[in-house]
Amino acid sequence: MIPRKPSDIAPSEITPESVWRSRRQWMLRAGAAAGLGLAGWPLAGARAAAADTALAARPNPDYTVMDKPTSFEDITSYNNYYEFGVDKGDPAEYASRLATRPWTLTIEGEVKQPRTFDIDALLKLAPMEERVYRLRCVEGWSMVIPWDGYSLSTLLKQVEPTGNAKYVEFVTALQPRNMPGVKYPVIDWPYVEGLRMDEAMHPLAMLVFGVYGKALPNQNGAPLRLAVPWKYGFKSAKSIVTIRLVEKQPTSAWMRAAPNEYGFYANVNPDVPHPRWSQATERRIGEGGLFTPKRKTLMFNGYAEQVASLYQGMDLARNY
Amino acid sequence: MRALAASTVERCKPALFLLGLYPLARWVWLGLNDGLTANPVEFLTRSAGTWTLVCLLVTLSVTPLRRLTGQPALVRLRRMCGLYTYFYACLHFLTWAWWDQGLDPAAMVGGVVQRPFIAVGFTAFPLLAPLALTSTRGWMRRLGRNWQRLHRLVYAVAVLAILHYWWHKAGKHDFAAVSVYAGVVALLLGWRIAAWLGRRGAVPAAGDAAAQALKDLR
Repeated sequence: MIPRKPSDIAPSEITPESVWRSRRQWMLRAGAAAGLGLAGWPLAGARAAAADTALAARPNPDYTVMDKPTSFEDITSYNNYYEFGVDKGDPAEYASRLATRPWTLTIEGEVKQPRTFDIDALLKLAPMEERVYRLRCVEGWSMVIPWDGYSLSTLLKQVEPTGNAKYVEFVTALQPRNMPGVKYPVIDWPYVEGLRMDEAMHPLAMLVFGVYGKALPNQNGAPLRLAVPWKYGFKSAKSIVTIRLVEKQPTSAWMRAAPNEYGFYANVNPDVPHPRWSQATERRIGEGGLFTPKRKTLMFNGYAEQVASLYQGMDLARNY
Repeated sequence: MRALAASTVERCKPALFLLGLYPLARWVWLGLNDGLTANPVEFLTRSAGTWTLVCLLVTLSVTPLRRLTGQPALVRLRRMCGLYTYFYACLHFLTWAWWDQGLDPAAMVGGVVQRPFIAVGFTAFPLLAPLALTSTRGWMRRLGRNWQRLHRLVYAVAVLAILHYWWHKAGKHDFAAVSVYAGVVALLLGWRIAAWLGRRGAVPAAGDAAAQALKDLR
């Protein structure tokens, strides 16, 4: 049984639609201005790259949280992408080396129509939606990110999964010459992640091509990545090259690297601590100043209403 | 080379004092210039930890430097290095306790219990307090031989500090920077062991560096 908790967000905290819509307009304009490289020293390269491609995405209010979005600057300068180094600033510094064109995505395994898609075909496969998701990192910080893309299920339906497809494995790019971080055996490269089939087909599981209306900056996982907002951030694999539909539960890179610390599910859960730290609270990046207290972490990162039913009857303390 | 006069070394103290304020000034500058990264609490906590370790290594270098260069008067700079170590250790602890943990005792106890690297830091930090407290000339006189015995605690603090840092980085297998610090600590403590072994069996009173230090100060 999954305890259904009342939402931690008081009605008074919810911003009226007219206000957040106008804010969004403002943010988009501000983001566009930033895209032209108007300010800031460490990110000039990242901004210049991001300014290249605009993605026309329509806001999807069904998948938009009311929290204030994190700034484009923070989203693109504070990243975990170990292939470029384990420091949060490394990806923004080195990911410009990632070769993102040409790029193909191969879908294979338990499917009737195995196929290799060109990135341009994927960009046109379905209308781009802007969805504002919370992102909760397993390390205890969080952001609110306006992603651009569409549901992963849209793509998976194209290849017609067979009845044996119980899990989905995501294999990400490995470009040793462009990735200074893969010299170090932090994990077993390439980075691999996985979802259960019903998780992958859930409409919230998103295939992402952009952020703030622009093509994904390399440090955020260009040219395409996942956003699975009810799970810790590391489940949302970046720069995906292969999607494999399989019968047996895949072993993710983190399960292999630290099996006692990382399980397959990695659902955000304030009641199940990481072996080395509590998951009860989180630091919202860009929120307030040094004295701003941390936020309480929400069950399934606040998406319990949508996804709790996927885990009915499961012991979430054991299936962490 | 001629040994520096005590008064010459004394004249360097104001410069050393200003140098010790550099990390603090840098944080203020970064804070005013939007340079504290997307996670300022994390940045400041880690930066304070790094500078604590740097000050600790500088403090531990004074004695080998004195011996190797034949400049005993350098001991006059050691107390300030040690006090700066404690100053940055206090800031490291405060940033964590106040900004990260919100001074919530339950959260802090949880951190110490759940995270071995925090437990190690929590062990090292209080050990520095008596060293800072007894750093005055009056306490040196009062404690006599015991002063040096007490201040050997700094070796334990150095080992604990490296362990604290090492375990913190273990989650990401990111040992590049901490290995360098560990190497320096190994060198500085190794030199002392070698010196001690060399002195053993020579002059019985030779190990009494506290008396020597007191003499230098007079």
